[in-house]
Amino acid sequence: MSDKYIARSTAIAARMLGGEMMVMSAVDSTFFTLNEVATAIWQAADGRTPLSEIVARRVCSEFEVEPEVACRDAEQFVDELSQHGILLVSDRPLDNLSSSPVEAP
Amino acid sequence: MTLMQEMNERALELGVPMGVHLDVTYRCNERCVHCYLDHDDHGEMTTAEIKDVLEQLAEAGTFFLTLSGGEVLMRRDFFEILEHVRRLLFNVRIKTNGVMIRRQEAQRLRELGVEQVQISIYSHRPEVHDAITKLPGSLKRSVEAIRFLKSQGLKIAIANVLMTANMGDHAGVQALARELGVTYTLDPTITPKMDGDASILRLRIPGSELNAVFHNQDLVGNVEEFCAPPPLPGEDIMEGYPCSAGHTAAYITPYGDVFPCVQFPLPSGNLRRQKFIEIWRHSPELNEVRSIRAKDLPVCSSCSHVGKCTRCPGLAYMEGSMRGPSTADCEKSFHRTGILTANMLRKARSNAPGPLIQIQRLAVQSAT
Repeated sequence: MSDKYIARSTAIAARMLGGEMMVMSAVDSTFFTLNEVATAIWQAADGRTPLSEIVARRVCSEFEVEPEVACRDAEQFVDELSQHGILLVSDRPLDNLSSSPVEAP
Repeated sequence: MTLMQEMNERALELGVPMGVHLDVTYRCNERCVHCYLDHDDHGEMTTAEIKDVLEQLAEAGTFFLTLSGGEVLMRRDFFEILEHVRRLLFNVRIKTNGVMIRRQEAQRLRELGVEQVQISIYSHRPEVHDAITKLPGSLKRSVEAIRFLKSQGLKIAIANVLMTANMGDHAGVQALARELGVTYTLDPTITPKMDGDASILRLRIPGSELNAVFHNQDLVGNVEEFCAPPPLPGEDIMEGYPCSAGHTAAYITPYGDVFPCVQFPLPSGNLRRQKFIEIWRHSPELNEVRSIRAKDLPVCSSCSHVGKCTRCPGLAYMEGSMRGPSTADCEKSFHRTGILTANMLRKARSNAPGPLIQIQRLAVQSAT
């Protein structure tokens, strides 16, 4: 995996509901729910940590996923969210623009 | 079932207030003839109080937030509030008349990631619109605001409330929306004032006009489908609840009062005395609203429209009982389908004239 840096867009809304993260783009009103693994990646998208490191630290170690599978899935997830402007992707570190979502009790 | 419906179902199961409507002020720069609010400031929440409420809502799981009023921009701290809203990652929609939105405000709304701005337009004719808002030049200002917002790429919806004064103008407003490239929504509902004063109900459009609106393809889409007779009510309908008010939705006034919905002014608690989550979970009023199923409605449970009626429990509450019928929705059901509602039949029976011949004992008067 080539090093990519990901940051959450400022034009999104997000909230945890029943263990899933709801994310909605203010730009095109696309609505997503993220599973636990995707949520972990999304929450770690601080613009400074390379995606490979996020996958290694937050996915492989916490969810018992093979690194190869985790990397492939993460790339696909990042591509999809970036197409809707929900994640910003760069090959250089980005300023993290968005705060972390509050988790419902 | 769409993903959004799935999440709404989950919110219902978990008792999460997914959508909250927060009126940040009742003050307004317009004086619309049909408005249900008192525009004097009786002690609005401060900036700090509103920020605290927003944090409580985020913790309670609220995702969809509608900011409205009054006119939201009458608050000088509106953008400070909005910044806080977005910091907490709410999906935010704003209802405004747009009069105070110029290029700079439009740009700020876009930068802050507002999902949609709804602007009230009553007519495409200034003399009609401005007579309703009682603010000369307001149509021009509101349309300019739409253009500023549109140029920023924001999503705009025109809300066209229909009343006697503008009932012939919906086609003109719809054409204006098309020209501006924005969404058009029509609402023929006029509600009593928050204090129960029903005098403004005289502005409601007559039944004949409601009938014409409901049979207008440009307004309702597929007329046959929209006006189809109601389905036979099954167990799922009788066990169902009328709307999201108090279930996954709540309304907060500028004074911190919590109601089930903006159209349902049932005082359920106040945020200056209690935490939101405490009111949401334990208010006897909200729990009563949640306990009501279609089968519990004394009149409506026997109505053939029960499965398709838009019955608003808030309007029913303002008529006298949250379990009673909402006459405005009875009218809508009737004019949509041509089938009388149980409430209408009941009223017709009680208003029926007495027998043609009345036999009365002849009083014998004694001469004095």
